[in-house]
Amino acid sequence: MRIELERRANPSLLFSVISPFLALALTVFAGGIMFALLGKDPVSALYSFFIEPLLDIWSLHEIAIKAAPLILIGAGLSVCYRSNNWNIGAEGQFIAGAIAGAIVPVVFHDWHSSLVLPLMLIFGMIGGALYAAIPAFLKAHMNTNEILTSLMLVYIAQLFLDWLVRGPWRSPDAYNFPVSRDFAPEAILPELVSSGRANLGFVFAVVAAVGLWIMMRYTLKGFEITVLGQSERAGRFAGFSSRRMIWFSMLLSGAFAGLAGISEVSGVIGKLQPVISPGYGFTAIIVAFLGRLNPLGIIAAGLFLALTYVGGEAVQLTLGVSDKVTRVFQGLLLFFVLSCDTLIQYKIRLVFSRFRQTTEGGAH
Amino acid sequence: MGIVEAILLTVVTAATPLVLASLGELVSERAGVLNLGVEGMMVMGAVLAFAATQATGSPYVGILAGIACGALFSLLFGFLTLTLVANQVATGLALTILGLGISGQIGEPYVGMSGIKLQPIAIPLLSDIPFIGAVLFKQDLIFYLSIALVFGVNWFLFRSRAGLKIRAIGDNHASAHALGIHVIRTRYLAVMFGGACAGLAGAQLSLVYTPQWVENMSAGRGWIALALVVFASWRPWRLLAGGYLFGAVSISQLHAQALGLGIPSQFLSALPYAATVIVLILISHNRRMTLINTPACLGKPFVPDR
Repeated sequence: MRIELERRANPSLLFSVISPFLALALTVFAGGIMFALLGKDPVSALYSFFIEPLLDIWSLHEIAIKAAPLILIGAGLSVCYRSNNWNIGAEGQFIAGAIAGAIVPVVFHDWHSSLVLPLMLIFGMIGGALYAAIPAFLKAHMNTNEILTSLMLVYIAQLFLDWLVRGPWRSPDAYNFPVSRDFAPEAILPELVSSGRANLGFVFAVVAAVGLWIMMRYTLKGFEITVLGQSERAGRFAGFSSRRMIWFSMLLSGAFAGLAGISEVSGVIGKLQPVISPGYGFTAIIVAFLGRLNPLGIIAAGLFLALTYVGGEAVQLTLGVSDKVTRVFQGLLLFFVLSCDTLIQYKIRLVFSRFRQTTEGGAH
Repeated sequence: MGIVEAILLTVVTAATPLVLASLGELVSERAGVLNLGVEGMMVMGAVLAFAATQATGSPYVGILAGIACGALFSLLFGFLTLTLVANQVATGLALTILGLGISGQIGEPYVGMSGIKLQPIAIPLLSDIPFIGAVLFKQDLIFYLSIALVFGVNWFLFRSRAGLKIRAIGDNHASAHALGIHVIRTRYLAVMFGGACAGLAGAQLSLVYTPQWVENMSAGRGWIALALVVFASWRPWRLLAGGYLFGAVSISQLHAQALGLGIPSQFLSALPYAATVIVLILISHNRRMTLINTPACLGKPFVPDR
């Protein structure tokens, strides 16, 4: 038996709508098998992974908290990926943004003003953008592969943060714990509603995603991104510069990741510590693809991936399964998303006999 | 054994997984397939090799398990990118994410367990040569395999008919297809070879380098291996040199930490990653040379017209 692909005359509208849902269904199914292999009842495990977190307010807040960075980073990355720039170092830009933004509350901790928070957010965006500027410069002017450089910079950023909080920025009153001083109240991102924990970061994420959606759909820039991504040659004829696009997409995604980083430390953690992200920068890549590189789709995808984090914590508590199931779920999901996307461009046919092949391939 | 020999031994141990993983990726890229899942295949090989060794008591079974696991895991990538023509960059990332997740899950019971180290095999006579004997001829099986594979792959790619086909597919899959070469089938084999090598590299990590299981123990080596392929401009010999250069860099930071030069350890740990970036810049800033060396169909999907 073989699998043959036949290109569709036009991309299938039906499959471009249902492919993410098909992927979700397959992931849930595969997840059930995984729980069964771990010796748990798959139905109840899936229930506490995917459904239970939706039933209480605390978990919903938690989902909003975790969805915010995923949506923000994923939306920025979608512009990169659409224009064929493979920034996979958003995790590093997230950390760079967090560090740059934290300069204000950590170094100038005696300065109390209502300007602190806005300044932090701006610094965070600049920090993330500057960090993304390294692979952008290297790709645009030194012809260096951005996949590898942006990823290497992730490790460097993690080590730099580690050094900061153990060295020069270690809090004088933290008993040698590797943390920075706590941010002052005016440096904390306000909560969304006074009762819960979700903060303004979620609003940033949704606003940014909708803004990008408008840009992609209604502006020349959006058109430029799509054209250059699909065919650099065609873009050149239209007068678009792929070098400028490298800069634009990388700086934009870097700034978004940086904003996510400073929002996370300001709104959720309240200080710097050696590890500030459970891999948001990498998970956001999955978010971007699950959302079909469409900013509105990315909002939905970000919420779903946030659910996998919260669900992972939930099964860890209730079933005693390791929270690593979250990573497995996320990896499986990306696999299924990518396979289901094939259905949009191609018809898949199963060929059971070798006969057709030999008659049609009559060359020999 | 002198201090220099001891240092050289650690360099060899650090370089071997890089050489192995990048060698596999080199073959796969020569066939036109960019597999960014090296890190995932490597870490899967590491955990399975460790688990199999614990179960049987024999690190040689562990080696086989690592190789088999890497090859099988790469099939997943092959199915998506070759049969379903999914985007290679994204699928490779998915393989890495999934590999890190599954290996963490499988390895959970093994965390903190002391492992069984693969013992070196001294080659009679040669190992008695002063100085180089101890460094090169009193090594473990995986080291010998890595050197043999570099020889073998170099011969295979540039001196054998099958190697010529692989390079033809990587440079122009449409022409190769028109000439009657099985593009997809050959690419599957190349991807599986890459997976097997990455799995073996992982086995080296958990059986030789540090005989234990630590989550994410590949620590970016899969990505460095990818950079090494570019560094080597897709040639096995240069890859051997590059692997040892990087092995030396990552070891020098450990020795520098031990000496306590007053440089923060984090800066020294960042050295291999920074070196990778710098090397990439030096290698690829000449646009024309890069274009000549890169397999022309690298990363491009192929759907045979019927």
